[in-house]
Amino acid sequence: MAKIVAGVATSHIPAVGAAIDLGKTAEPYWQPVFEGYEFSKKWIAEQKPDVIVLVYNDHASAFSLELIPTFAIGCAEAFPPADEGWGPRPVPVVEGYPELAWHIAQSTILDEFDMTIVNKMDVDHGLTVPLSLMYGQPNAWPCKVIPLAVNVVQYPPPTGNRCWNLGRAIRKAVESFDQDLKVMIWGTGGMSHQLQGPRAGLINEEFDTRFLDKLTADPESLARIPHLEYVREAGSEGIELVMWLIMRGALADNAREVYRFYHVPASNTAVGHIILQNPIAENPR
Amino acid sequence: MSDRKMTEYTDAFKDIPGTVVFDATQSRLGFHLNQFCMSLMKAGNREKFKADERAYLETFPMTPEQRQAVLDRDYNRMIALGGNIYFLAKIGATDGFSFQNLASKMTGVPEEQYKAMMVAGGRSAQGNRSKADKSK
Repeated sequence: MAKIVAGVATSHIPAVGAAIDLGKTAEPYWQPVFEGYEFSKKWIAEQKPDVIVLVYNDHASAFSLELIPTFAIGCAEAFPPADEGWGPRPVPVVEGYPELAWHIAQSTILDEFDMTIVNKMDVDHGLTVPLSLMYGQPNAWPCKVIPLAVNVVQYPPPTGNRCWNLGRAIRKAVESFDQDLKVMIWGTGGMSHQLQGPRAGLINEEFDTRFLDKLTADPESLARIPHLEYVREAGSEGIELVMWLIMRGALADNAREVYRFYHVPASNTAVGHIILQNPIAENPR
Repeated sequence: MSDRKMTEYTDAFKDIPGTVVFDATQSRLGFHLNQFCMSLMKAGNREKFKADERAYLETFPMTPEQRQAVLDRDYNRMIALGGNIYFLAKIGATDGFSFQNLASKMTGVPEEQYKAMMVAGGRSAQGNRSKADKSK
């Protein structure tokens, strides 16, 4: 059977992708950011997941205002990198896993999550920057990826609680998939940041630290944070953190923290990154 | 009839300083402005826009105020007129500017000063949480 072995959360800042693509990772400004992912790159090379369910938000790339799905799951064979206004990122095409993606779509719909099924979609920095941070610059991504796009652009986005419960439904779906697969779930975006208006540049390290702590100490309390608190405390784009709750909900209650990294700033944003591992991953049968 | 008042949800955000939440009102107001931004995802359209901005903007049913805000690169005005920052970022990308450059425009400080603020830990939440209570 398929098993979720671990969860990874990370910011998905576009400037980080640009720094990688333009060979700037050793520059003094960027060096501390990428150093923070050295452990993670080694860890994932050892873990070798077969599939990643990658929760991210589209930044007006695949979805304009013509169509705004709250939760959209990518069921295609492949997802090309999007042209976000300066040409597509020079990264490999993302290979999907349609069989598992469709299984998750069907299972979660029957569990009353009304997923939008997407059979053709370009993926933007929200999805590709986390892959670059964890895998560097390979010629092909070493695993399959199931994109799960969450609307955090048009208000209201889904509540934290809804995200948490979707994570649980994804766990159930994966664990009922009849193939031996090592699956990971990633939650991306955040941490505190505001990109718009006179309040741009807001960073709240206290809020972010508490959020990271509670991912293991008391995750269900995070699911009760209202949208207003995210925007007030973590900035208007800090709302992206609801996506981390899908990741957390898909893990075992007693998942443990393996690694954490926090750094300010990358461009306008606080970089947050955490790895959580399910207990079973340490004791394979 | 339920007693849900949608305005209670949306109005609560208006207490947060310097922030416009992209709610239904903003979305309806800014539909064509944002769809214009969306068109800039195609290289050919970026060329057309750069060649004659005014003429290109005329091809979208935007208000004259929205067109002028784009021509002026007045991002705060564009946001007030329904623009969403993820969409507006495509204008910045077309101009070849970084996001920090846009942020410096929106916050009204020179880019170097804005960068220095970020390196020093960013804008504090203290004093920036509430219009009604500036001590928060």
